[in-house]
Amino acid sequence: MKKLLLASAATALCANTTFAGGHGEIKIGVFLGFTGPIESLVAEMGPAAELAIAEVNDSGALLGGSKVTAVRGDTTCVDAAAATAAAERLITSDGVKGLVGGDCSGVTGAALTNVAVPNGMVMVSPSATSPGLSHQNNEDEGLFFRTAPSDARQGVVMTEVLMELGIKEVAVTYTNNDYGKGLADSFQAAFEAAGGSITINAAHEDGKADYSAEVGALASAGGDRLVVAGYVDQGGSGIVRSALDAGAFDTFHFPDGMIGTQLVDNFGSEIDGSSGQHPAPSEELAAKFTEVAGGNFDATSPFAPESYDAAALIMLAMQAAGSAEPGDYKSKIMDVANAPGEKIGAGELAKGLEILANGGEIDYVGASDVELIGPGEAAGNYRVVGYEGGAEVTAGRK
Amino acid sequence: MDLLNAIVALANFVILPGISYGSQLALGALGVTLIYGILRFSNFAHGDTMAFGAMATILMTWWLQSLGVSLDPLPTALLALPVGIAATALLVLGTDKLVYKFYREQKAAPVILVIVSMGVMFVLNGLVRFIIGVDDQRFADGARFVISARDFKEITGLREGLAIKSTTVLTVVVAVIVVALLFWFLNKTRTGKSMRAFSDNEDLALLSGINPERVVMITWIIVAALATIAGTLYGLDKSFKPFTYFQLLLPIFAAAIVGGLGNPVGAIAGGFVIAFSEVTITYAWKKVAGYVFPSWEPDGLIQLLSTDYKFAVSFAILIVVLLFRPTGLFRGKSL
Repeated sequence: MKKLLLASAATALCANTTFAGGHGEIKIGVFLGFTGPIESLVAEMGPAAELAIAEVNDSGALLGGSKVTAVRGDTTCVDAAAATAAAERLITSDGVKGLVGGDCSGVTGAALTNVAVPNGMVMVSPSATSPGLSHQNNEDEGLFFRTAPSDARQGVVMTEVLMELGIKEVAVTYTNNDYGKGLADSFQAAFEAAGGSITINAAHEDGKADYSAEVGALASAGGDRLVVAGYVDQGGSGIVRSALDAGAFDTFHFPDGMIGTQLVDNFGSEIDGSSGQHPAPSEELAAKFTEVAGGNFDATSPFAPESYDAAALIMLAMQAAGSAEPGDYKSKIMDVANAPGEKIGAGELAKGLEILANGGEIDYVGASDVELIGPGEAAGNYRVVGYEGGAEVTAGRK
Repeated sequence: MDLLNAIVALANFVILPGISYGSQLALGALGVTLIYGILRFSNFAHGDTMAFGAMATILMTWWLQSLGVSLDPLPTALLALPVGIAATALLVLGTDKLVYKFYREQKAAPVILVIVSMGVMFVLNGLVRFIIGVDDQRFADGARFVISARDFKEITGLREGLAIKSTTVLTVVVAVIVVALLFWFLNKTRTGKSMRAFSDNEDLALLSGINPERVVMITWIIVAALATIAGTLYGLDKSFKPFTYFQLLLPIFAAAIVGGLGNPVGAIAGGFVIAFSEVTITYAWKKVAGYVFPSWEPDGLIQLLSTDYKFAVSFAILIVVLLFRPTGLFRGKSL
């Protein structure tokens, strides 16, 4: 055991001396859950981030011809200790200059507070959506950004959609986990602030067969519409089925976890008149990104566009700052992501780097229509849906 | 008028769901109680036996549906039930030969049989998932409602709707028939009497020439039939998903123990006690109270416990009964 420890320590040392501080080489950590519950999504997200890096390398325009290397680190999505260790390794041993990641909200928060902030490292997460990661008081020292919208944002969008429909009183049921609770709470805050009232905000457990008791409570509380912040392949559909059967609610509102072909398959025209919204880039952007991806990965997979954008933002900010040091470029990320400036889409990173090199300004649009708001998180692009004649229709965008 | 609305709301959200859930629990608890009375152990594999029975019935139903056979307006699954029962009977008899017989011949202590049944449970758990998958399966067809909430409102002009699902009616009717048959069998036939004799005093029964293997076999067949019927009715009324049958184990055992293990009447009463306590304690009474006392406008929902605590209710009743009346409400065997 001692020998093994010595050997691994020696290897780590070698790795340090051989690779750290190479000339004209910048390392960027791709810090995603390559193993764990979202490994299937990361299989598309990792290559998407690496595509942006390859694109910049091909252009040779970054900081006078520096090459960027991607170094992968595994967040595991669920194990905060493992994620912290991986981030530690990327920063102190590999010497990365920026992190694309983490992915799941829990491990991202752990890696941010334990490793990234103490080391002054920039993190741009493509997929952490917890409202808890919105650092309003600069606890992150301006180091944390995300190209995915916070769930709090969806609560606001949902409120706008319902208010425009003239609905002022709703019942809410959410799946009993961080996603459901976070979304339900942020919606309640936004809806009540907008003058609406919530008759009940009750949890439901996934994976049960019988939701008549839950629906009984929801029906007793009443409301014009039932907001189901759940999963379509889990309890969410069970709640809707039970509510329809008992005649408790006729129309519903569905956030992102419920939107999908399965919903229409399950209920058909029974949910006509219902509404919903989910984050989705416009079809033009999606088509363009698919072209850029060129079959290397599935460009429509959730968070793949956001991963590409996260990596692109780091490199564009480096160019704008004229330095690869996180402390120098962290303040430039908001600048390159937002107006004013020339719009830069996916596959146009070379053009963006050139404009920045010549002292110009850019407004990075990328693959997911990046627009950073508040403490550096995506505003999100939501597709508002309606249900008519047993089909899902696009009712607008937000 | 308001009082009528209150009654309808209560019937729609408490009484009807309670009755159908109670009948399903009662059928499940009857199976558990029979095994306990005659084979003298708590069969933890019962929930998954129900899942297996329902699965066999579903596969048969799909086949019938693909042939275009239908019982409209009744669900096709009723036609498939005998096949499901036969398949489940073969399964439990096979498990008995392979597993339980060995321990029975050794006169193993009941606690060992309980652990063995847990092993069987895990195997069945895997088997069902392996054959039909872990997802929701739909097999219900025929008319969904005897009367839907919307129709009821139109006909009666009341503000509250009363939805009577055809599966609820079916569940109650089938449960009554099955229970009547079971009691007739246990009390009137020679085999039934020998089973009761075996349950009361095994040694005396053996001395009077009762063949124990035959009693065991018939018990398993009856249990297979009860499990399959309960599983299929539950799947028809709610939805079929292997995991939910595993979760049903707790309320089923609570029902059997509350009623008195080994006592069939107790199992039925226990099923309804558990079902109604789960539904009424977690029901939000605001709407009903609003109709009954129009001048009273409560701030809260008048809900004793949030619906998350449904299973906690079964547990609490179980503990209270075990503390104060260990033999159950109907004097079964004490644990």
